[in-house]
Amino acid sequence: MMARILFFGKLADAAGGRSRDLSLAPETQTIDDLVSALSAKEAALASALNENSVRFIVNEMIASRDAAISDEDEIAFLPPVSGG
Amino acid sequence: MIRVISDPFDPGAELSAFEKEASGAGAIVSFVGKVRAAAGGDSVKALCLEHYPGVTEQSIAEIENKARERWEIDDALIIHRVGELAPGDTIVMVCVASRHRREAFEAADFLMDYLKTEAMFWKKEIREGGAVWIEPRHADYKDAARWNESGRDDEEE
Repeated sequence: MMARILFFGKLADAAGGRSRDLSLAPETQTIDDLVSALSAKEAALASALNENSVRFIVNEMIASRDAAISDEDEIAFLPPVSGG
Repeated sequence: MIRVISDPFDPGAELSAFEKEASGAGAIVSFVGKVRAAAGGDSVKALCLEHYPGVTEQSIAEIENKARERWEIDDALIIHRVGELAPGDTIVMVCVASRHRREAFEAADFLMDYLKTEAMFWKKEIREGGAVWIEPRHADYKDAARWNESGRDDEEE
């Protein structure tokens, strides 16, 4: 299994794509760890993902930054929303 | 009913169908939102709306539930388009049926304020000068804050 990571809105621009499948490293236990791992490799993502306005969803449910994640999860990063 | 769709729709036909379904209600308010032709002094060529299937519908259902807790709503219809839209296209339609007009007006207003600031859509404007991701303006958050329990927003712009 691999974790499915989804990037929405301007975060997809920063990530260079809307989704990626990732095998999480053993030390990646939470969303916060995942942000750190992604930030370490990609400067554009480092600034985009660390904005306070970014929200997280794990398996279609709103999650906090310290939520536990595993290779079986779908993890989404959301910038501020705008509809209507 | 909540529908997130990529194909164009006919607001007139939707309102007629809604009226039939909501027979018995004393008041029906409908709002139709269109894509503006200009933004920030620049002409808009297209608007691209992205959503998170399943999660977006759920976020709208929560907004509708909040409205139903506040007003006696007989029936509600929310249609929101996604994908690429052109200036003049209909992007959103909200219909509310209730016993009396005040409830229908207020609930429709509330639904639009929250669709702007809480529904899970991401909007990109393709302007003459380039593409810009749109985030709610201060005024949009202020509009949504009008409905807070305190009912007051004394903050000055």
